[in-house]
This record gives sequence, C-alpha cells and structure tokens, in this order.
Amino acid sequence: MAKVVGEVVIDTERCKGCELCIAACPSKCLSLSNSINVHGFQYTVQSGDNCTGCASCALVCPDAVITVYRKVNK
Amino acid sequence: MSDIVCPENLVYKKPSTLKDAIMHYCPGCGHGVVHKLMMEVVEEMGIQNDIIGITPVGCSVFAYNYMDIDMEQAAHGRACALGTAVKRLYPEKYVFTYQGDGDLAAIGTCETMHAANRGEKMLTIFINNGIYGMTSGQMAPTTLEGAKTTTSPYGRDVETMGYPLRISELIANLPGVAYVTRQAVNTPANVRKCKKALKTALEYQKQGLGYCMVEVVSNCPSNNKCTPLEANKFVEEQMLPFYKLGDIKVPEGK
Repeated sequence: MAKVVGEVVIDTERCKGCELCIAACPSKCLSLSNSINVHGFQYTVQSGDNCTGCASCALVCPDAVITVYRKVNK
Repeated sequence: MSDIVCPENLVYKKPSTLKDAIMHYCPGCGHGVVHKLMMEVVEEMGIQNDIIGITPVGCSVFAYNYMDIDMEQAAHGRACALGTAVKRLYPEKYVFTYQGDGDLAAIGTCETMHAANRGEKMLTIFINNGIYGMTSGQMAPTTLEGAKTTTSPYGRDVETMGYPLRISELIANLPGVAYVTRQAVNTPANVRKCKKALKTALEYQKQGLGYCMVEVVSNCPSNNKCTPLEANKFVEEQMLPFYKLGDIKVPEGK
C-alpha cells in the first residue's frame, strides 16, 4: 500500500464542471461524471485510487467544492 | 466511506468565512478562487469581525452574498472613495476593495489614483482579466493589443484605441503606495503565491505602511468564448508575458 494516500470529497451539487481540477491533478485521478447534477452540470468525481492528497485540485477550484483528506501509513 | 475520510486527516476544506451560496460566476471563473483565498486569509488571521470589504460594479457586484464579512457596495468605480471613508471612520478595522478592470482601470481610475496618492491605508484587490465581463465582452483598458472583443472586432488597434494599461506599474510610482504586486490564479503554485500576497498586504495595512494593491491576472472563459482550460492557457501564453508576475513595489526594509 502506498505510504501516503489521499481522498477527495466533492460537493457535487455545487460543482460546475469547469475541469480545472482535472487538469491540475498531478496523479490524474479525477474525471468528469457521466451524469449531471441538479443545475445540469457534469461534475467531477474521483476515478483513480492514486490520490496523494496534495490539494492541487482544491486550490484551483473556483467554487470551493473539494475537501481533501490525506493519511500517512506508517 | 473509507478510513481516510476523517477529521484528523483533513488537509483542505472550504473556509468557514465563505458562505455556502452557489456563486453566480461562470464555470472556471477566477473570481471564485480569489473570493476563496481572501476568505481563507480572513479565517487564518481571525479577523472576520474586523474587516470591511467594498464591492464594485461588475461581475463581482454580488461578492457580499458569498463573503461572510461586513461589506458595502460602491457606485461604479468609486470603491476606493468609499473605502477611504470607511477606513477614516474605522481606522482600527481592516478595509479592502475588490474591483475588476472595468471598474478600477476605466471608470474608477481617478478615485483609485487619488486614494493611492493619499496613501490610504487599505488594500485593493484588482482582478484583471483584460475584458469587460458583466456587460458581455467589450474592450477594457487592459485588453491586450490585437485582442478581438465585441467593440474591437478586428483586434485592438493601438493607433486608434491606445495601448493596454498597466495599472500596477502606474500606481507603484506614487509615494503613498506601500505594496504593489501582481499575481495569477491559473495554476496551484500561483494560487498559493496569491494567497501569500493577500496576507502580506493585510499585514502591511495593520502596520499602517500605506496603500496596498494586489493585482490578480484572471481569466474570462465566457467572453473569450473558450473553455475554462483554454482560458487559463490564454492567461499563461498571452497575458502573463505582458502582465509580468511578481512584486512591483515593496515597503523599504521588507
């Protein structure tokens, strides 16, 4: 198991699907959903399990929908 | 829910000073990032009850719906004049104005220049996206040479329309100004630097050093008629070579 593992929680109802987080993610573990939210936007979902919790996605998110968690396995 | 998602592993969350309201900005707009950064700084410094913001006219006119602090809304371009009044009435409070390039660099140039020249101890956050956003994409004073907008459909011709205005360099020459910096929010690294600049500016305001301005080079996907990713690419490739990032003026000895 990877030493540092991360996970993101995305507030999908507030996401506008601008894809900035997907481009900012260095481990390429985010993607757009196949469904839409109540406002009609495709939203971001975590699709890979190689997230390191670097928070790059949350930093560039204009709508502050991403919460980032990181755990260091000892 | 995995064992990673628990409070002790939290790295980043939305600042509590930013309201839950869904912002009216277009997807990918830089305004949201700057709102978030400002509110993070307010939360970290613990000054939610000691800061007063002035909103402009433009896309960010409803900023008071998103920032959970005391805010006032100024007439078009007059945010620095209102900010002056607020700061003189409440000298112990932090005051900032939040303005776009149409508000600050066009109709409000006079108020901004004179507030800066008087050395009013406040912070101006200047969002420069090189186009008029709210009124649907007319040419702004900061529009790049050759850029096509609805009022310069053949590209900005400097012979008839003048040159793009570098407000930060202009303001940095005034003696009342303490701190002028230009930042961007197109990449995670630039976002971190921008947040640091905002915090520095508020600290200088507390020390009473003078007028501070943080210019943020931003994008406008809707009016440049491209996706947010293309808009950020435009910022990186076209705007940043002209609007160079970095500190333009820092207080002596800092």
